[in-house]
Amino acid sequence: MINTGELLLEVEGLQKSFGERLVLSGIDLQVVKGEVTVILGPSGCGKSTLLRCLNGLEPVQGGRISYHGQDLAGPQVNWREVRQRIGMVFQNYELFSHMTVLDNILLGPLKVQKREPKEARQQAEQLLGRVGLLDRKDAYPRQLSGGQKQRIAIVRALCMNPEIMLFDEVTASLDPEMVREVLDVILGLAEQGMTMIIVTHEMGFAKSVGDRIVFMDQGSICEIAEPQQFFTQPATERAQHFLDIFQY
Amino acid sequence: MVMNLDWEFIAESLPLYGDAMWLTLKLAFWAILFSLVLGLIFSVILYYKVKGISFIIQAYIELSRNTPLLVQLFFLYYGLPKVGLRMSEVTCAIVGLTFLGGSYMTEAFRGGMEAVSRTQVESGLSIGLSRTQLARYVILPQAFAISIPSLGANVIFLLKETSIVGAIALMDLMNVAKDLIGMHYKTAESLLLLVAAYLILVLPLSVVLSWLERKVRYAEFGD
Ligand SMILES: Nc1ncnc2c1ncn2[C@@H]1O[C@H](COP(=O)(O)OP(=O)(O)OP(=O)(O)O)[C@@H](O)[C@H]1O
Ligand SMILES: [Mg+2]
Repeated sequence: MINTGELLLEVEGLQKSFGERLVLSGIDLQVVKGEVTVILGPSGCGKSTLLRCLNGLEPVQGGRISYHGQDLAGPQVNWREVRQRIGMVFQNYELFSHMTVLDNILLGPLKVQKREPKEARQQAEQLLGRVGLLDRKDAYPRQLSGGQKQRIAIVRALCMNPEIMLFDEVTASLDPEMVREVLDVILGLAEQGMTMIIVTHEMGFAKSVGDRIVFMDQGSICEIAEPQQFFTQPATERAQHFLDIFQY
Repeated sequence: MVMNLDWEFIAESLPLYGDAMWLTLKLAFWAILFSLVLGLIFSVILYYKVKGISFIIQAYIELSRNTPLLVQLFFLYYGLPKVGLRMSEVTCAIVGLTFLGGSYMTEAFRGGMEAVSRTQVESGLSIGLSRTQLARYVILPQAFAISIPSLGANVIFLLKETSIVGAIALMDLMNVAKDLIGMHYKTAESLLLLVAAYLILVLPLSVVLSWLERKVRYAEFGD
């Protein structure tokens, strides 16, 4: 599975700093179509920052992010265009609190992509059905549980028909009993061949969903390996140390 | 005290107060409306830190908030005709009140916009909304709900500030009361009517505004 398909995203020497502080110091990463990349690493190592750079939420200071021949690290990126193709769901990504579920999902397809309302609505309802929330389509976010909100946030991103999905600890702020329902949705996407980059602290999930594990520490990538390999025999000491803490 | 009031005089003065209330309402209505529109436009420009224009708006806010309305009205009514710009009293009053109210409304809206959480903004960006779409569909609706208490306070403030337009010869409530006192020495009656008139104007508005505040808050945030 690894590195056989079409190369979608290629990150080279990516550097990001906040003021004086270098937070990403030369990230190299390639993402192939249909591949599920799981990023692991200790808190503060730069996982979220990396995803945010890929979606233009953080300006970068060096390196290249090549996406369909376009350099996303360069000047004059049409982020509106790119963001329609790189979907994103974050830990505390709130749904728009003043809109119903359906309005949340349709805002992008209708206003950004200017799609046919009937067709977009059909797709939204079909996606909602798939995550088991069609009956909540007229609810407001405040009437939903955390797990339901997160599943809808995923649907909102999916309804743009993205080519890549980025997930940043989407279950981190959920109660344990709701984690499963959200992870199942992501597993379902993996089965359908969606290209994804997933940051998570759920090790079991990482093992089962990932085609490969990218282990980061202190702003750089230490190790890239298949899950089987990574969880049984990590190549670096730092990864071993990280796993020890989790398997405690 | 009540016994001593000249009820006949009060009855005869009612139409005068009625006219003045109508004038006050008219001035306040237009001034509030224009202030809201200005505030909306200016706050968006400030929020997005549009180069050049932001600076001018900032300067306007300082000027507007740090000069008395009376001075602003005198400038419009007595100053501008000297350079050939003559406006009617009513226009002057509305322009003056809007000049004052615009800055207050701008600050109210801007406070609301800045209170919209970063994650809501990034949610909007991540589905590809442009900056104007983001403002229109995400930030402003939420900012509006957040700002309602201060917008409401400004509405009442502007309504009360209309009491100064007598200074440019408009027959508003203050002027009517002053005239009646001056002509008939019926101080108690005139003042009573004056207070009553303002209460009749302001109280219902206050009630409606706090109802609206609760209503909108619930619709937006559910609490
Ligand atoms: N806006 C910011 N300004 C300054 N420093 C920041 C900012 N965002 C993140 N950082 C710093 O950058 C580093 C990387 O942060 P990041 O959020 O990417 O870590 P992470 O790997 O996602 O951690 P976690 O697992 O806790 O989510 C951290 O040291 C953090 O303090
Ligand atoms: Mg993070």
